[in-house]
Amino acid sequence: MCLWCRIRQKNPKKKTYYAAHVMTPLLSAPGEKMAAVQDAPMELDSEKETKPEILSDGTSNLSGNTASGTLSSPPLTAGGAPKQEDQQTLIAVLQFLRRNKLTESVDILRREACLEDQEDSQTLDGSGGGKGDGDGGDANSLLSRVSIASAAAPQSTLTPIPVKSEYDQPDVSVVLSAYSQQGDPSLYQVYYTGLKNFIESVLDCHRAELSQLFYPLFVHMYLELVYNNHETKAKAFFEKFSGDQECYYQDDLQILCGLTKKEHLKGNEALLDFRTSRFVLRISRDSYQLLKRHLQERHNNQIWNIIQEHLYIDIFDGMPRSKSQIDSMSGSFAGETRREVNKAKVFYGLLKEPEIEVPLDDEDDEAENEEGKPKKKKTKKDSMGSKSKKQDPNAPQQNRIPLPELKDSDKLDKIMYMKESTKRIRLGPENLPSICFYSFLNAYQGLTAVDFTDDSSLLAGGFADSTVRVWSATPKKLRKVKSAAELNLIDKESDDVLERIMDEKTASESKNLYGHSGPVYGVSFSPDRNYLLSSSEDGTVRLWSLQTFTCLVGYKGHNYPVWDTHFSPFGYYFVSGGHDRVARLWATDHYQPLRIFAGHLADVTCTRFHPNSNYVVTGSTDRTIRLWDVLNGNCVRFFTGHKGPIHSLAFSPNGKFLASGSTDGRVLLWDIGHGLMIGELKGHTDTIYALKFSRDGEILASGSMDNTVRLWDSMKAFDDMETDDFTAATGHIPLPDNSQELLLGMYHSKSTPVTHLHFTRRNLLLAAGAYNSQ
Amino acid sequence: MAEERRQKLCSVILPTESMKAIAESVGVGSLQEESCLALSEEVSYRIKEIAQDALKFMHHGKRRKLTTGDIDHALKLKNVEPLYGFQSQEFIPFRFASGGGRELHFYEEKEVDLSDIINTPLPRVPLDVSLKVPKEQQKTDSTEPLKAVKPGQEEEGSIQTKGQGASSAEVKGKEKMRMKPRSTHELSVEQQLYYKEITEACVGSCEAKRAEALQSIATDPGLYQMLPRFSTFISEGVRVNVVQNNLALLIYLMRMVKALMDNPTLYLEKYLHELIPAVVTCIVSKQLCLRPDVDNHWALRDFAARLMAQSCKTFSTTTNNIQSRITKTFTKALLDDKTQWTTRYGCIAGLAELGHDVIKTLIIPRLSVEGARIKAVMDGPVVSNIDKIGADHVQSLLLKHCACVVAKTRPLPDMVDQYKADYGYLGTMLCSHVVKARAQAAFQAQTVNRTTLTITQPRPTLSMSQSGLSASSGSRTPNIIKVPSSLTLMSTRPGTPTQPSPPATKYIVMATSAGAASTQQVITLSSSQSGSSVTSTVPSNPTSLQPLVKLESGTTGAVSGSRPLQKYIVVSLPSSSSSLENKGSGVLPSSTSPISMESAVKLERSESPAANIQSPH
Repeated sequence: MCLWCRIRQKNPKKKTYYAAHVMTPLLSAPGEKMAAVQDAPMELDSEKETKPEILSDGTSNLSGNTASGTLSSPPLTAGGAPKQEDQQTLIAVLQFLRRNKLTESVDILRREACLEDQEDSQTLDGSGGGKGDGDGGDANSLLSRVSIASAAAPQSTLTPIPVKSEYDQPDVSVVLSAYSQQGDPSLYQVYYTGLKNFIESVLDCHRAELSQLFYPLFVHMYLELVYNNHETKAKAFFEKFSGDQECYYQDDLQILCGLTKKEHLKGNEALLDFRTSRFVLRISRDSYQLLKRHLQERHNNQIWNIIQEHLYIDIFDGMPRSKSQIDSMSGSFAGETRREVNKAKVFYGLLKEPEIEVPLDDEDDEAENEEGKPKKKKTKKDSMGSKSKKQDPNAPQQNRIPLPELKDSDKLDKIMYMKESTKRIRLGPENLPSICFYSFLNAYQGLTAVDFTDDSSLLAGGFADSTVRVWSATPKKLRKVKSAAELNLIDKESDDVLERIMDEKTASESKNLYGHSGPVYGVSFSPDRNYLLSSSEDGTVRLWSLQTFTCLVGYKGHNYPVWDTHFSPFGYYFVSGGHDRVARLWATDHYQPLRIFAGHLADVTCTRFHPNSNYVVTGSTDRTIRLWDVLNGNCVRFFTGHKGPIHSLAFSPNGKFLASGSTDGRVLLWDIGHGLMIGELKGHTDTIYALKFSRDGEILASGSMDNTVRLWDSMKAFDDMETDDFTAATGHIPLPDNSQELLLGMYHSKSTPVTHLHFTRRNLLLAAGAYNSQ
Repeated sequence: MAEERRQKLCSVILPTESMKAIAESVGVGSLQEESCLALSEEVSYRIKEIAQDALKFMHHGKRRKLTTGDIDHALKLKNVEPLYGFQSQEFIPFRFASGGGRELHFYEEKEVDLSDIINTPLPRVPLDVSLKVPKEQQKTDSTEPLKAVKPGQEEEGSIQTKGQGASSAEVKGKEKMRMKPRSTHELSVEQQLYYKEITEACVGSCEAKRAEALQSIATDPGLYQMLPRFSTFISEGVRVNVVQNNLALLIYLMRMVKALMDNPTLYLEKYLHELIPAVVTCIVSKQLCLRPDVDNHWALRDFAARLMAQSCKTFSTTTNNIQSRITKTFTKALLDDKTQWTTRYGCIAGLAELGHDVIKTLIIPRLSVEGARIKAVMDGPVVSNIDKIGADHVQSLLLKHCACVVAKTRPLPDMVDQYKADYGYLGTMLCSHVVKARAQAAFQAQTVNRTTLTITQPRPTLSMSQSGLSASSGSRTPNIIKVPSSLTLMSTRPGTPTQPSPPATKYIVMATSAGAASTQQVITLSSSQSGSSVTSTVPSNPTSLQPLVKLESGTTGAVSGSRPLQKYIVVSLPSSSSSLENKGSGVLPSSTSPISMESAVKLERSESPAANIQSPH
């Protein structure tokens, strides 16, 4: 994936071609596997002539660069002139393309770059490769220079976040080669201590901001020491300074501490990520100037080099942030969000409800409603209808994403939904929902995932013993469709044909679905209740029919465990995310993914569709959340602030807000439109595995490993926040610490961790979990 | 501190010796020290890596415990063959042995007999996963939250501690449906101390302490967790002390019952099955004290009867029918000719406390019969002092309770002759009582005075000389209610001439007649009774009425000195005539019993631990 980005960056003129090549229409089978586009910004680094247009935005232009020119020396300038580098880059790209048998692309690229004569100039790598480790042998070493050049280029306002996927594992030696230039290892401690003393001596208002430097510098310096085989020094360095780091980096430090040899760096993906992605810091201009001045005075080139090469400092004008503000946003694997990333417009509004003529079956209504107030109900219905007619300005075009046609059964379901929603209970702080707990008994197999259908009629559980079980949550039993031979005998003209096709003999309260060969980590029902998706450790996502209770398709693509999957609210599409660090968008009738959302630096742990089906949100072990546009595969929102892997996500019903829960026991609330964190709900003491908004969005329910369900006043949390475009510009707002006020209720189960939460259409809260007898 | 821990983590590396050992195990003889070091570092690092991956699987498996399966999956991620079949029951399957200067760890494998495996029954199939939903909630759409816990700082703290406690209301609310395994409610240390203090004070010798303890029971609001313990304490205490005829302790226990009933925060209904039998025992037991002629066990009966009446009033419902069942029990005993005076007294007291209606319908019609019985004792030949006292008490009891009822119901002219005609022997006295009662009622609306129970007897000292009865008879059947004279419990003093055995040997003989008809009668009576009073009284199994001899060679009990104590309990069913006689005398009839005793003893000596013996009557 990252190569594609690089291709685009290096060759902006060919962007159209590649874009056309890459963006397969959603509903047609993609030609190649690379169907999705990386979120990389269009700005490019090495194309000097394009620069002026790109840097049109004054503030976003990294203003530090004006000064950086003096200090930053591209590490490999010795390797050759820029012109030559470009050529090497192109050669590398060509070789990659050839290796992947993309001959057409090779031809085009070669023609346009006038490179006919240079394709076999592999001799270059000897002269220009990184020091010491010229073991790449082929294009890899060239690639290394490409990446190094791009990473080190001082002008790069926005380096793309280079991403690995299984297609192109960047060679480790390449990635690490930048560490080969080194100072005196014995001085590292002196450098670090010097910076530490400086930061501790500056004014309080700057100290918090500059303290952010500690962690990335610490890691990079440690890795440099390790890379250069100064094992004992590295250990001493680690022991001396690891205690200074923020507690939320504990997990990463644990990985680091085991790493003491150069060989260990190979194959450690976490550190590759750390190296390849530049750690993002957000620092106010004043603080930055202070730092720069200090480093210049001291001629502390070692640290300055690291800052230049491995860090990205996002400078903003205005007051320096406080410690708590910084803490609320930091913690992710690769630093904070760059403000530019969240500038893209997101159509978070809901799609217009399709016009459905509600049959005026008043007799039916009256049968259900003894009071018989058809008049009142009618007006309500009308009001709902009128609301949906008005087009939400924030909503995407109705056909922005091709959606499946509504079937008759879907319309019936919509009508049912409307009827139910008229009986919905209006929740609020004074009117909390009842909670009905579905506990799984005797689940020795390990309950790993649960899902309810939207109408709460079915319940599916995924188990660690590879089975998926479906229960009926209503007295109605589950029945299979009759076999083909039997179906032939049925009178197809009869009115109750749908009833006749069901085999009464198979009626039972639950059905088992066998097919996976590893623990099932995610299950999701289709909105029409005909299908069930399950994702498993065996690397597949399976689609099951709930008519025949058999497996229909096994979607293979993730070669590693698939942690989560989720159906689109309109059906047909679904998204999955797994250990291979990408999320994939699929359509049920395609065996290959339509989009691959790559960008996360670690496992994608959970995936959810936006209510309007135009966006997909993913949470990851790298402690970040990304919102992806289904249409073009771009990452349109990037949220940092969690201090642990994210295990649950939920959109508010109006599509405006997002809630996320992680292993750190905190729930964070996000404003999607402005790309801001707007709330933090503290209280849980263990991983939050379930989050759900009530049907009207007034209440947020969270369920956790600590055996509690907590209800939060989400209405208040959202209303209290004054988010406008101005606050969005600064990228941060002061967060009140009001978790206690927002907590409406807390319900303990005795020994049942809460795995899933679901609000019925009438706002009864259903919770599910496995009773743990120990 | 965190730093220290981290450093520690950092330095954890497998010892080089294990590398050597592993190398040897795969046939690499001599491994250089440097290679070992390099290997151990590498291996340690890889192991840490795998552990970190395994943690991911644990998190996604929604568990808190890392399993071997997680590690297998992590290995699979790294394209390493997972470790199949390395699941051991024990934590570390290796055993250690040393000898000959060598230390050895080995894997212990037991030899298993194949036939054993084949012949062992298959283990039970584990239960399948099932889904549990609170049914009553499934359909409700009520907006009332299950258990509202208002968020608040202090409250939250308390909730958290509660949540950890054994039985919190919140937990019950939500988990009601899945509390399948019976949970033991453990008392906290403080509660245990409290319980110990209270029970000791209640049955101890210090009256001031007792008053305090009873006060505490009657008023403390937080005793519901200890209620089952108290109720068991009382029921067991009565069971033991009735056998030992320890009147004082019985009184103390009844006072505890009273205190529990007085506590407004306790609801005793769930424990009536233990309390009512205990109370009824104290009302109708044939013997409650060691010296029936001197001790005032009558007061205890009165007191218990009042407790009974109170619990009937409080807890009797149309479903449990406590009052009617209790009434039936009393009446049946009263109607029985063979009922002893003590029991008779208890029955009458119990009935009388139930109210005027009960007196009117059940006691007054019996007045003439009872009168004749009393007359027979009073005027007849002096049989025993005890009978006389009993009759005397019954008489005054009848007069006391009946007088006011009669005064209310009977039209005015109180003619002695009329009374005599109506009520027989008691008529004369009743008449004077009625006249007095009428005068009193006219004088003032004075309530029937309720005597408060006072201890009229010093706490009996349990000494060896008192026949060693203080030894607890553990083999007593659980049936406390020996209601209508179906069984007689008596003891022979050790000094009985027929006993050649050492003084510590003790016989408890429940004598009976051999008359088949009468035996039959008794059994049916008692069994029918147990049928009628199944829930509230102790489960009285009719088999306990079977003649039974039990040998207890025990050092149990307080008297267990250095000598082994031998105890015989001979139970048999009473005959119509002789048993009455026995009851009257309180001592075994010297003519018949010794023979039976002899035979019983002989049988015992012939090493039968529990022999059924037919009494030779």
